[in-house]
Amino acid sequence: MLIVACIKQVPDTTQVKIDPVTNTLVREGIPFIMNPYDSHALEAALQLKDRFGCRVAALSMGPPNAEATLRKALALGADRAILLSDRCFGGADTLATSNVLAAAIRKISQEQEPVGLVLCGKQTIDGDTAQVGPGIAVRLGYQQLTLVDQIEELDMPAKRLVVRRKLEGRHERVQAPLPALVTVVRELNRPRYPTVPMRLAAVDAPVEIWDNQLLQLDTQAVGLKGSPTWVARIFSPQRAKGEIIGNGCTDPEGAVDLLLDKLRAKDLLPL
Amino acid sequence: MTPTPTLFAPILVAAVALFGWNCWRRLSLTALGQPDNRLDNLRLRAGDTLRYAFAQLRVVRKPYGLVHLTIFWCFLVLMIANSEFLLNGLFPAVSFSRLPDGLFIPLMQMIDVVSLITLAAVTIAMVRRAVAPPYPEARTFEAFFILFLIATLMLASFGINAAKLSHLHGSVAALAGTIMPISSLVVALIPPGQARLVYDLSWWTHAGALLLFLNLLPLSKHFHIVTAIPTIFLRRHEQPVLPQREEFVTGNRFGTADVTGYSWKELLDAFACTECGRCQLACPANATGKPLNPRRVIHDLKLNLLNNGPALKRRQAAPLPLIGNRGDGSIDTETIWSCTTCGACLEVCPVFIEQMPKLIPLRRHLVEMEARFPEELLNLFENMEGRSNPWGIAPTERGKWATLVGERTFEPGTTEYLFFVGCAGSFDARAKQVTLALALLLDKAGVSWGILGKDEKCCGDSLRRLGNEYVFDKLAQENIALFKERGIKKVIVQCPHCLTTLKNDYRQYGIELEVIHHSQLLLHLVQDGRLALPRQATELGRLVYHDSCYLGRHNGIYDEPRQALALATGAAPLEMPRSREEGFCCGAGGGRMWMEEFTGERINLNRAKEALAQGPDTVCTACPYCLTMLDDGMKDLQASTVQVKDIAEVLAEAALR
Repeated sequence: MLIVACIKQVPDTTQVKIDPVTNTLVREGIPFIMNPYDSHALEAALQLKDRFGCRVAALSMGPPNAEATLRKALALGADRAILLSDRCFGGADTLATSNVLAAAIRKISQEQEPVGLVLCGKQTIDGDTAQVGPGIAVRLGYQQLTLVDQIEELDMPAKRLVVRRKLEGRHERVQAPLPALVTVVRELNRPRYPTVPMRLAAVDAPVEIWDNQLLQLDTQAVGLKGSPTWVARIFSPQRAKGEIIGNGCTDPEGAVDLLLDKLRAKDLLPL
Repeated sequence: MTPTPTLFAPILVAAVALFGWNCWRRLSLTALGQPDNRLDNLRLRAGDTLRYAFAQLRVVRKPYGLVHLTIFWCFLVLMIANSEFLLNGLFPAVSFSRLPDGLFIPLMQMIDVVSLITLAAVTIAMVRRAVAPPYPEARTFEAFFILFLIATLMLASFGINAAKLSHLHGSVAALAGTIMPISSLVVALIPPGQARLVYDLSWWTHAGALLLFLNLLPLSKHFHIVTAIPTIFLRRHEQPVLPQREEFVTGNRFGTADVTGYSWKELLDAFACTECGRCQLACPANATGKPLNPRRVIHDLKLNLLNNGPALKRRQAAPLPLIGNRGDGSIDTETIWSCTTCGACLEVCPVFIEQMPKLIPLRRHLVEMEARFPEELLNLFENMEGRSNPWGIAPTERGKWATLVGERTFEPGTTEYLFFVGCAGSFDARAKQVTLALALLLDKAGVSWGILGKDEKCCGDSLRRLGNEYVFDKLAQENIALFKERGIKKVIVQCPHCLTTLKNDYRQYGIELEVIHHSQLLLHLVQDGRLALPRQATELGRLVYHDSCYLGRHNGIYDEPRQALALATGAAPLEMPRSREEGFCCGAGGGRMWMEEFTGERINLNRAKEALAQGPDTVCTACPYCLTMLDDGMKDLQASTVQVKDIAEVLAEAALR
């Protein structure tokens, strides 16, 4: 059985700047990282591999430089890395992205090795939509189990999965038949650290690049053309400048009083 | 039973053969180690051997070392006597009595007196070990038995000589007191007509004790009698001792999980340990109840080598793992992670055993081969790799502090010094105040300096000490490439960890930088009259100075900070009992800065208490890690009225206020 971990290469958001003129991300010199939620999805796949001996494929759609993130997945222990990269895939919103990823998973499962489980991060830190995972599940007809913080059981012969979902103020234990798609939250696990031999092996390991010639998707359903969502403007929220009140070094008590007065005035204190 | 060559020869041959075989069994195990050229600098090595093996300069740093020095030199003298004893046992014709009187008499006098001195010294050693041992576990049967054997040897030799003297007649007998002043006193104790019996008994006792002693050597800590001198001769000279670089090529192993990863000299160390315990007494981890004890590390390495040696020689798997978890191997992981790499063990070892550097390959194995390390380190490693600083703050923030002193980019060709600010100085709120103080002082003195801003990356010190050589190597190469591209030759640092890494570790990458720590530079600037100190910073009150391990022990900078402080405050700083070479770590070295401390007392509290015992108003240090650790310590001890300041801040009080 193959477990597919969907990972996305995202700009390191702590380092992202927005060009005030063009309202687009300044990508120059910004390092890319594996979407943190996806690294938990990959870790979950690798832990299942450690326990059950199944194979793990890391799957990503993105520009050619996303290969670096897939290599990291290989260094961590993924058996295969597949990059869906084609000019016509560019500019995709969540709908078009789901189309391409679902098509690739279908192709893997039907033509290469049966997919039992797809794991995704609950969302990405650049788009924050949390739509792609469920989008893939719907297109593949898989059960979707979102916001999972614990994989309790995986019974491959019985094709059954039991997970715990982390919801607002409560947990939910859910059982579903395989194949299924799971989106994960950070509490699920602690991602592992790559060993040096694995890093070195990953340098030479193949990253399969799949373009649309291979997937044969309708170009109207992928990329910019297949994306009904248009981003009108990206901007940093304006934040009013703060002010320094009092002097915490010379008069800490006075500073606290000043702060309390300010908070009371804004009715921000319970008393 | 009168000693005869026919009786003695087979015993002697058997004893020497057994001794030789046991020595060989042990020493041949060092061949399992990696190559390591320790035969360079022969003149220096010869000098070291004279200083540290024959003059025992390190042994005598402690008062009881004088007893050891005495026994050592007595041994050398008595080796002459014992050689005669053994040869005489084989060839009765060989005897000192055949020497001309002019040589014979002083020789016998010397041997006789030295025997008494030895007897006195081993008695003191026995009493000391019984009453005030260096560490409680030092009261071993083995230790007492060896001392007892030496005493027996002395008493037996008095017996032999007294019996001989009692046979003398006439005018020669009158000389007995001159030739052997001590043994002649024993003559009176021999019952009449029993001289032969006393001689025979003493002779065989002496022979037995000597050969037993010889054969106990390789089996005990007294093997150091054989190995200590070569170990000192073969010591590493580089200061500080650096870990080796690793080549990141498929198929290589990274770090080591068995003894074969060490060099042959490092394996020899295992047989050179005298178990004096000085390393464990100096070790901050050991002093605060951590499982690390440098003496035990060396001992456990020896046991592992002896246990696994035969299998490893046959190229079979080692039955006893070197790295263990809760006792299932020789050295536990918690022990491995407890080290602050402060180097106190290296500093005190009388025979220059390299204790601390033996832990780094084990950390490398855990990190690089198994990705197994305390969980706090995961964030550190990822932050270092992704954002090239320990906190994972955006690199673009690195140079922001400099907006307070104006744009200061290092301009190739025009700027004299690169100010390598370091991660703490760039990101840590408290350390940034130090950075600012230093920047203002440099400006006041008219120093031409600039920074790399967002292009500066962590020097990688913590990574290297923690065994993450892979990411260290990456950061080092990136920094060095940048240094080369910008033509950087002279570097100012305010962090001893940056200092040692840039100055020493980066040398392994073929770059020689002139790195100066701010405590040195500031002193030079004051001494040269470039930095005026118009007032004395007396408001800082009683000021005690804490030595950073990486500034002091690792780089030998002890005096400049003290002199600079004296100039700034008008008085020499107070000293803690453990200072300079014996300085006690703050607890943050070796990457411990980024780790939790769960076991025993916190090292920083131990040190903060020592500082407080001097009744200071200000504790001064010259390292951002020490600053954090001691500041935290003062807070935990409810002593926040005591200020913890960096040396730059003290000088700023005198120069800028």
